[in-house]
Amino acid sequence: MKDGYKLIYKRPKTLLSTRMHYCPGCFHSTIHKFLMEVIEELEIQDKTIGVCPVGCSVFAYDYLDIDMQEAAHGRAAAVATGIKRILPDRIVFSYQGDGDLAAIGTAETLHACNRGENFTFIFINNGIYGMTGGQMAPTTLEGQKTTTCPYGRETADSGMPMKMAEIISQFEKVAYVERVSCDTPANARKAKRAIKKAIEFQMQGLGTTFIEVASNCPSGWKCTPEESLKWLEEQVFPYFPLGVFKEPAKRRQ
Amino acid sequence: MGEITFMKGNEALAEAAIRSGLQGYFGYPITPQSEVIEYLAQQKPKHNYVLIQAESELAAVNMLYGAAGAGGRVMTTTSSPGFSLMQEGISYIACTELPCVLVNVVRGGPGLGTIQPSQGDYFQATRGGGHGDYYTPVLGPNSVQEMVDHVYLAFELADKYLTPVVILSDGAIGQMMEKVILPEPIQYKPNKPWATTGKTVDRERKILTSLFIQSEVMEKRNLKLQEKYKKIKENEVRFEEYQIDDAEIIVVAYGLCSRISKKVVEFGREAGIKMGLFRPITLWPFPLKQLEEIASKDRVKFFISIEMNAGQMVEDVKLAVLGKKPVYFYGRLGGIVPTPEETFNAIKEKLN
Ligand SMILES: Cc1ncc(C[n+]2csc(CCOP(=O)(O)OP(=O)(O)O)c2C)c(N)n1
Ligand code: SF4
Ligand SMILES: [Mg+2]
Repeated sequence: MKDGYKLIYKRPKTLLSTRMHYCPGCFHSTIHKFLMEVIEELEIQDKTIGVCPVGCSVFAYDYLDIDMQEAAHGRAAAVATGIKRILPDRIVFSYQGDGDLAAIGTAETLHACNRGENFTFIFINNGIYGMTGGQMAPTTLEGQKTTTCPYGRETADSGMPMKMAEIISQFEKVAYVERVSCDTPANARKAKRAIKKAIEFQMQGLGTTFIEVASNCPSGWKCTPEESLKWLEEQVFPYFPLGVFKEPAKRRQ
Repeated sequence: MGEITFMKGNEALAEAAIRSGLQGYFGYPITPQSEVIEYLAQQKPKHNYVLIQAESELAAVNMLYGAAGAGGRVMTTTSSPGFSLMQEGISYIACTELPCVLVNVVRGGPGLGTIQPSQGDYFQATRGGGHGDYYTPVLGPNSVQEMVDHVYLAFELADKYLTPVVILSDGAIGQMMEKVILPEPIQYKPNKPWATTGKTVDRERKILTSLFIQSEVMEKRNLKLQEKYKKIKENEVRFEEYQIDDAEIIVVAYGLCSRISKKVVEFGREAGIKMGLFRPITLWPFPLKQLEEIASKDRVKFFISIEMNAGQMVEDVKLAVLGKKPVYFYGRLGGIVPTPEETFNAIKEKLN
C-alpha cells in the first residue's frame, strides 16, 4: 500500500519488457507471462533453461529472461533431452506448437515421454500453423477451414485431430498431463496453476510433465480475439476437453 | 606413455572418446559402427557419461545439439544413411557454433546401399552436407590408431573453433583390428562461458540460436563463420607424404585407400617407376596449397586419385592442381575395396 494504492498486478521480473510480436489476443503471450511468473515465484531463474520451437513462439527468447536454446522445427524434445541429461539439476522446458510437437516432431515427443525425460512440455495447441500463415495442423478440427484445407478439414483425407494430452498420458513414465486454456479468468488461473505444478513435479524428479494449452490463433482462424474465445468454447473444448489426464498420485506403482 | 593393446577400430574410437572426457553420447545403431554404442554401453558403469540410444539419428543429432549447448563434451557416431539424417542438426550446430564430434563410418550408397566400406560420402562431408553456407573440419583416419588419435584431435578442434567436427572413417577401418596405443585419459576442464547453464544474477541470459531473421544480422553471422573457416584453412591443414621428393607420379588417397596406395607406390618403385603418395588427413580443409606446390614441379607427370567411390576427392585434387598437370582417377564402387594390383595396373595404363 503506497499513497492509498495497492499493487495488484505487475510484470514478473523474469519477463523482459520487450514489446511482443504476438497478434492481439493471442494466448502465446499469456502463457509466456504465466511461465515467467512461475519461474519467479519458485526462484529458479538461475536454474532454468528453455527450448524454443520453430513456430510463432520462435522468438520466445526475446521475452524470457532466462538461458534458452533454439531448436530445429520439431526437435525441441530431443534438444531438451540433451540439456537435461547433461545438467540434471537444472529445470528444463520445451515450448512448442502443435505443428512442431505433433507433426514434424511426433517421434521426438513420444520417445522423450516414453523415456520419462524429466522436463516440462508447454504445448500450445492452436489447431493451426500460425507462423507460416494458417495451414492445417494435426490438431485442426474436422471441418475447420485453413489455407491448406480451404473447404474444411476432411478426416477421410487427413485423419482425425490428434489428442496429444490423451496420447501422452498413456506413457508409464509421464508424471503429469493437463489440458488448460486461457479463455476465461478462471481457466487462465488454472493454466498458471498447472504450469506451476508441472515445474514443481519436475523439481521433485517425478518424470515428464506435459501441459497442453487449448490455445487460439485469431489471425490464422481469421476472426477477432473475442470470436476466438467463442470458437474455443463451442468447437474446441468439446473435442479437446480441459482437465487433468494424469497426476503423480495416480501413477501405478 | 599410453596402453598398448589390440582393438577393433570402432571400439578403439569409443575408448578414445571415454579417455577424452566424454560427457554425452547419443546414437542410433547402424552397421558398420554399432560397436561404438555397444562398447560405450558396456563401459558405462565405470564412468559417468550420458548415453542415450535415440529413436533416430535425427533425434540423436538434436540431443547432441542440446547437450553441446549445455556445455557437455559430446559425440555421436553413425554410418551413411544415418549421416544423411543428421545433416539438419549439423547445419544448426554449425551456425549456432557449438563444439561436438560426429563420426561417419561410411558404407556404400546411395540409398540403403551396402554395409561394406566406401568413401561415397566425401562430397557430403566436405561440403558442409546440410543447408546453408558452412563447413565442418573433416578428419580421415586410415588406421585403428588414428581412430583413437583423431577423436582427441576432433574434440580439441571442436572446442578451439566452436564447430562440429566430422571424423570420416569407413567400414573397413571401423571393423578391422590392429595394434593400438591408447593415450592417458584427459582430465577435461571445460571453459564454456557461452553455455546455457542457467542465468545467474551476475550475468546476462545466454541464447543459443541459428535464427537471425534480419538479413544484415544473418549476413554478419555468415561472415563470422567464413572468418573462422579461413582461420581453420590457414592453421589446421594436415597431410602425409610418402616418397614424394623425387616422385613423377603422385598418387592421392585418403583413409583406407591411402594404405592400398602405399602398397601401390612400393610396386611402382620395385618396377622402377617413381611414384609417391600424397595423403590428405584433413579432407576439409583440403591441402590445396601443398598439392599445388607439387604440381608446379617439372618432374611431376600426373596425379591420380584413388577412391572407393565414383570420383569425389579427385575434384579437390583438380582444384589444387589448377590444370598444371593431368589429374586421373581410379576407384571401385558399391562397397568394393580396390586391390593394390588392379590399382597399379590402372596407373600403368596412364603411363602409356
Ligand atoms: C524443417 C522445416 N519445415 C518447415 C518449416 C516451416 N515452418 C515454420 S513454423 C511451421 C509451423 C508452426 O506451426 P505450430 O508448430 O503449430 O506453431 P504456431 O506457429 O502455430 O505457434 C512450419 C511448417 C521449418 N521452419 N522447418
Ligand atoms: S499467428 Fe496466431 S499463434 Fe501466431 S501470434 Fe498470431 S495469433 Fe498467435
Ligand atoms: Mg500451431
